[in-house]
Amino acid sequence: MKRRQFLATSAIAGTALGLGLAGAALAQDPLKVGFIYVGVPGDGGWTYQHDQGRLAVEEHFGDAVETTFIENVPEGADAERAITQLALSGHKLIFTTSFGFMDATLNVAQKFPDIKFEHATGYKQAPNVATYDARFYEGRAVIGTIAGRMSKTGKIGYIASFPIPEVIQGINSAYIHAKKVNPDAQMKVVWVYTWFDPAKEADAASALIAEGVDVLMQHTDSTAVMAKAQEAGVYAFGQASDMTAYAPKPRISSIIDNWAPYYIERTQAVIDGTWEPLASWKGIGDGEVVIGEISDEVPAEVRDEAMALRDKIGSGEYHPFSGPLNKQDGSAWLAEGEAADDATLSGMNFYVEGIEGEIPQ
Amino acid sequence: MFRLEKRPTPSTFWSWGTPVLAVILTMIAGGMLFAMLGKDPVLAIKAIFWEPLFGANASYFRPQLLVKAGPLILIAIGLSLGFRAAVWNIGAEGQYIMGALCGGSVALAAYPAESFLLFPAMIIAGAIGGFIWAMIPALLKIRFGTNEILVSLMLVYVAENILSTLAFGPLKNPEGFGFPGSRNLQQYPSAHNADLIANTGLHWGVVTAFLAVIGAYILLNRHILGFQISVAGQAPRAARFAGVNPNTLVAICLGISGALAGLAGIFEVAGPGGQITDSFNVGYGFTAIIVAFLGRLHPVGILLAGLLMALTYIGGEMAQLSLSLPLAAIQAFQGMLLFFLLALDLLTNFRIRIGGLI
Repeated sequence: MKRRQFLATSAIAGTALGLGLAGAALAQDPLKVGFIYVGVPGDGGWTYQHDQGRLAVEEHFGDAVETTFIENVPEGADAERAITQLALSGHKLIFTTSFGFMDATLNVAQKFPDIKFEHATGYKQAPNVATYDARFYEGRAVIGTIAGRMSKTGKIGYIASFPIPEVIQGINSAYIHAKKVNPDAQMKVVWVYTWFDPAKEADAASALIAEGVDVLMQHTDSTAVMAKAQEAGVYAFGQASDMTAYAPKPRISSIIDNWAPYYIERTQAVIDGTWEPLASWKGIGDGEVVIGEISDEVPAEVRDEAMALRDKIGSGEYHPFSGPLNKQDGSAWLAEGEAADDATLSGMNFYVEGIEGEIPQ
Repeated sequence: MFRLEKRPTPSTFWSWGTPVLAVILTMIAGGMLFAMLGKDPVLAIKAIFWEPLFGANASYFRPQLLVKAGPLILIAIGLSLGFRAAVWNIGAEGQYIMGALCGGSVALAAYPAESFLLFPAMIIAGAIGGFIWAMIPALLKIRFGTNEILVSLMLVYVAENILSTLAFGPLKNPEGFGFPGSRNLQQYPSAHNADLIANTGLHWGVVTAFLAVIGAYILLNRHILGFQISVAGQAPRAARFAGVNPNTLVAICLGISGALAGLAGIFEVAGPGGQITDSFNVGYGFTAIIVAFLGRLHPVGILLAGLLMALTYIGGEMAQLSLSLPLAAIQAFQGMLLFFLLALDLLTNFRIRIGGLI
């Protein structure tokens, strides 16, 4: 007991780094789990949801686990140092929660073979590096359906961040399902080249509204789009987090990233000694992608339709990318009854037939 | 009553004493801030200033100080020459980006050929990239009398947009599954700006930074150009009588600072950073302005100021980790440092008299 107290006080005394290593020898010590954030938990979007996942880990494991995070970590050399700091201070499981931390995570992982690393949205694994991502396109199918039903002009606006596969999947999935319920549906895409920039996002929203768009979707993290939608009286969907402050209108539903189940599962795996370097890609079925409450603005039959689609995707009965589907240039992509495979999806660099405009290269 | 009296000449004692006093006052005010956040101020200050240097894992963090300070010192040395001559290059961040882009492009164009000539070629291209970007405000100032502060600053945003276009387009890693960002130059042996001695943080960029300190010292103390720079800044009219061509001086000051910022950029992406991404630049070009003034525009002062700034960054991260201090508190702490330094400048040029006439 005295030794534990000594450890605790010394840790507070700022010498946690050295003692963390020595303390690892004690079996009863809590497992230290570290998180690297690209933004701040107060962003109300991406980092907020990761932080909710971290808090869920703390709540689930109680004293058995101790979590730490470093926020606002720039990508590049600074990321490598921040991850190394977590590794040096006795963390045995480290989540790096942005794509840009990929090479830094792998570099540090090489130096600390006994520590497990988890990199969000990346594609490079190693014996001690797993990757994890969520099938956001499944959620896009559901809100695409709502958007198609709710749009009067048929013009749906999409504020896109970067032309990477994850974002393109979302645009395609939303368009396919909007078009299914509304043959007039058109997708207007604006690329803002940022994940979080309220001013740019608001500008893009204004431009889309001026073009006659009456339902907005976004693949960026701020609530600025919501504010613009509210001013203009058009509909929008919460992104990454629920954004309920804008319910029931303009926010009529949302796609929520729910990392808590995955973080708890992986922490348990490290405690049990069963951790493996997987490439996890979970969706609605595993509760990693959650459709936020559909507000009363949406008619009951549309809500039921959306919920039914959600359940069919969740159970695996339906794949959002099911044939027949053509690529934008008219060439065949998926035949009748065929579903897209993960390899194609994770490298997706084309629009499906019917979407106007070009993906910036 | 307090009264300020202008000193006939700036006090040598205080021009060196104020940085030290500013650091002490920052520690006190910062400590109060940390205490208000419910953290032990002594531990927080210790985490920031002591742990990276002498803490349990100092062997890892000391080299990191060099990695962080290298580009800051290199850029600040260039800026200080201009600032001494009253040529205000605020756009080092843009020159840093353009240096990285030009040098990085050379490496990516040559990939995967291995040659010992590649690295020098990248470095030269990096310096030229920064130099050309700084020549734009220089030529506009010489030809049309535009304000170099505005032009150089605005060109930062132009550079950022060029960076974004290239990172998503021509420089994108063809094996990157469509994700933005170039190939990682750390995995390209001929292009990698590796540690000269493993795990010391001492890469070519840091060596160049030290050489720049020495070069600037000699230039300012032993060379006619150094004299001209000083005179032009302190007494422009006198400088004209002494035969200094102000246009040449503008071009030289902006050119040197641009080239050094470009060098910092290519050393960073070829070394610690590794990749050209749309957001690889983390503000070294702007932070270097603080470093230049913190170092009194003196080469040795800049060397120390760069290391101090790096220490607050790395120590700040440690305080975030061990004490859960929010990043904003660390940034406020860094801001205080500059605030106290500028406020205490008063002591260099003025004497405080107590009592006397009102």
